[in-house]
Amino acid sequence: MFEPVILVTALINGLMFGAIYALVALGLTLIYGVLHIINFAHGALLMLAMYAVYFLFNLLGIDPYLALLLVIPSFFVLGYLLYRGIIGKLAHGQDQNILLITLGLSVIFENAALFFFKADTQTLNLDYAYEMIEIGPALVTLPKLISFGASIVIGLALWLLMAKTDLGKAIRAVAKERVGARLMGINVDHIFAVSYGIGIACLGAAACLLMPSFYVTPTIGHVFVIIAFTIVVLGGMGSFIGALVGGFIIGITESFGGLFLGESLGQIGIPLIFVLILLFRPTGLFGVKA
Amino acid sequence: MNFQKPSWMILGTLILVLLPWILFSEFLISFAVIVLYSATIGHSWNILGGYAGQFSFGSVLFFGTGAYTSSVLQMNFGINPWIGLIAGILMGALVGAFVGFLSFRFGLRGSYFALITLAFAEAFRIIANTVEFTGAGMGIYIPLDQHPLNFQFEGRTGFYYVILALFLIATAITLKLENSRFGSRLKAIRENEDAAEALGINTFRLKMQAIMISGGIGASGGTFYAQYYLYIDPSIAYGVDKSVEMLLVSIIGGMGTVMGPFIGSLVLHLINEISRHFINAPGLSLVVYGVILVLIIGFLPKGLTGAFQSQKKVKRA
Repeated sequence: MFEPVILVTALINGLMFGAIYALVALGLTLIYGVLHIINFAHGALLMLAMYAVYFLFNLLGIDPYLALLLVIPSFFVLGYLLYRGIIGKLAHGQDQNILLITLGLSVIFENAALFFFKADTQTLNLDYAYEMIEIGPALVTLPKLISFGASIVIGLALWLLMAKTDLGKAIRAVAKERVGARLMGINVDHIFAVSYGIGIACLGAAACLLMPSFYVTPTIGHVFVIIAFTIVVLGGMGSFIGALVGGFIIGITESFGGLFLGESLGQIGIPLIFVLILLFRPTGLFGVKA
Repeated sequence: MNFQKPSWMILGTLILVLLPWILFSEFLISFAVIVLYSATIGHSWNILGGYAGQFSFGSVLFFGTGAYTSSVLQMNFGINPWIGLIAGILMGALVGAFVGFLSFRFGLRGSYFALITLAFAEAFRIIANTVEFTGAGMGIYIPLDQHPLNFQFEGRTGFYYVILALFLIATAITLKLENSRFGSRLKAIRENEDAAEALGINTFRLKMQAIMISGGIGASGGTFYAQYYLYIDPSIAYGVDKSVEMLLVSIIGGMGTVMGPFIGSLVLHLINEISRHFINAPGLSLVVYGVILVLIIGFLPKGLTGAFQSQKKVKRA
C-alpha cells in the first residue's frame, strides 16, 4: 500500500533520529552503568542544553555545530558539579533518594525554564536547515545527515574513552567493584562525578545536533525522557552497544509508527516496546543479568 | 505533635467540616477545595508508594481514568456523574489491577516499577489522544448545568463538601493502614520485600490490594477534577505533571504517614498562592517546591510530618 520510496525515506529518517536518540541514551546508560542510578533529570538537562544552543545562536550568533565545542565541556562541568554538590551529597547512598532528587532537579529546571524563557516554542532560523541531500531514492535534510554522522563519531569516541584510556579503565573498575576500586587508590566520588559529567556532556552534544532540525520548549524533556529510558531498557541498562542499537530501533519504530498508524497513534510504539521489554526481558537485548 | 491521635483527628475533622462558615470568601473556600483535592490524589500515591514502597511515576493513570470514565459515561451515554464517580472508582481499581498484575507478576521492583507506570501512563495518553469517544486531542467539555444532582454546584461550598468527603474517606483508609495487620504487612514489604516473603506474607496479593485501593482513590480525585473544571483532555488526564504532583505532596508532607498528603498539599498550595500573589509568573512556585523536595530528601527523609514526630521522640528519650 506504500511506495517503496516512502518506506525507504521513513527508514532513513528513522535511522537519522535514532542516532540522536542513541546519543541521549548513551549518557543515560553510562550514568546507570557506573552509578547504578536512574537519572530522572536527563530530559530536563537536555532541555537546558537545547536552550543554551538556542541562546548561543540568537544572542551571540554562534552556529550550533560550532557550539559543540562550548556546550560539551560546559555541560560536563555542570554535570560534575551537580553530582558533587547535590546528588551525591544528599542521596545518602540510597537509590530511591537519587530517583527522587533527580526528579526534584527536573522539576526545578523545567519550571525555572518556564519562568525565564516562557512556554513558547523556539526554533533556530538557519540558512541550511532545509538543504536536501539525496541518499539513494530518498531526500534527507542536511542537519539530519550531519547529526547522524556526528552521533556515531561521538558514540565511537565515548567507546574509545571507556575502552582504551586510564580514565575509562577507572570508570569501569568503579562500575564493577567500588570497594575494590577504592582500595586500588581510585577516588570513587571523583569517578562518579566524572561519569555523571560525561553523561550530561552527551546531552550537550545531542542538543547541538538536535537544534538545527528540532524545537525547544520547557517541557521538551518529557518527550525525550520516555524515549531515552525505552532505549536504555531495550538495549540493556549500562550497555553501550545496546544504547546504539536501541536508538536505531526506536527511531525506526517511531518513523514507521507514524507512517502506518498516523501522527497520533503512531507514538504508541515506544511505550508499547517499553512495557513489553520491561515485562519479558528487563535485562534488555544486550544486558547481563544483574 | 502527633497528629494521628484520635483527639487531633476529631478536632481536625470538625474544623474542616465547619470551614465554609469560618471562611467567608469564595477565594478561601476554593483554596481549601484545591488543597483537599491535591491531598486526596496524594493519598492515592501515598498508599502505594509511602506504605507499600512501590514508587509509581505514573499514578496519573488512576486520576485520568476516573476523570475520563465519568465524563465519557456522561457525554456518550447520559449517565449521571454521581454514578460516574462510582464507576470511575471501580475503573481506577481495575486499571490498578491491570498494571499491578503485569508489573508484580513479572517481578518488577523499584526503579523498574516506576518506569513501567510511566510507560503505561504515556500509552494511555496516546490512546486517549487518538480514539473518538474521549474527544481525542480536543478533550471533553462537560456542559454547564448547575444542580447538585448533576454533581455541579452554584458556589464553591457544594464542591467543598464533596471533596471533603472523598478526602476523609481516603484519610480513613490510610488511618486503617496504620492500625491493621494489612498496613503492617505493606510496611514489611516496603522495608524488605524478600524478608516479608520469607515470613510467609503473600506479597503479590498485598501489592495488588494496595495498587487497587490507590487506583480507586486516585480515580475519585479524577472525577472530582472533571466535574469541578468541567473539562478534561489527554495531557491533563495522563500527563506527567499530575503524577509528579501526587508524588510531591506525599513525599514533602511525609510518605507513609496519614497526614503527609494533607500537609504536603497545604504547603504546596500556600507557596503557590504566595508566589502568585507577589510575582505573577508561572513556574516559580514549582521551582521553590522542587528545591524543598531536594532538601527534604537530603535532610528530612520523613517529610514535614516526620520532622515534628522525630523531635518529639528525641525529647521523650
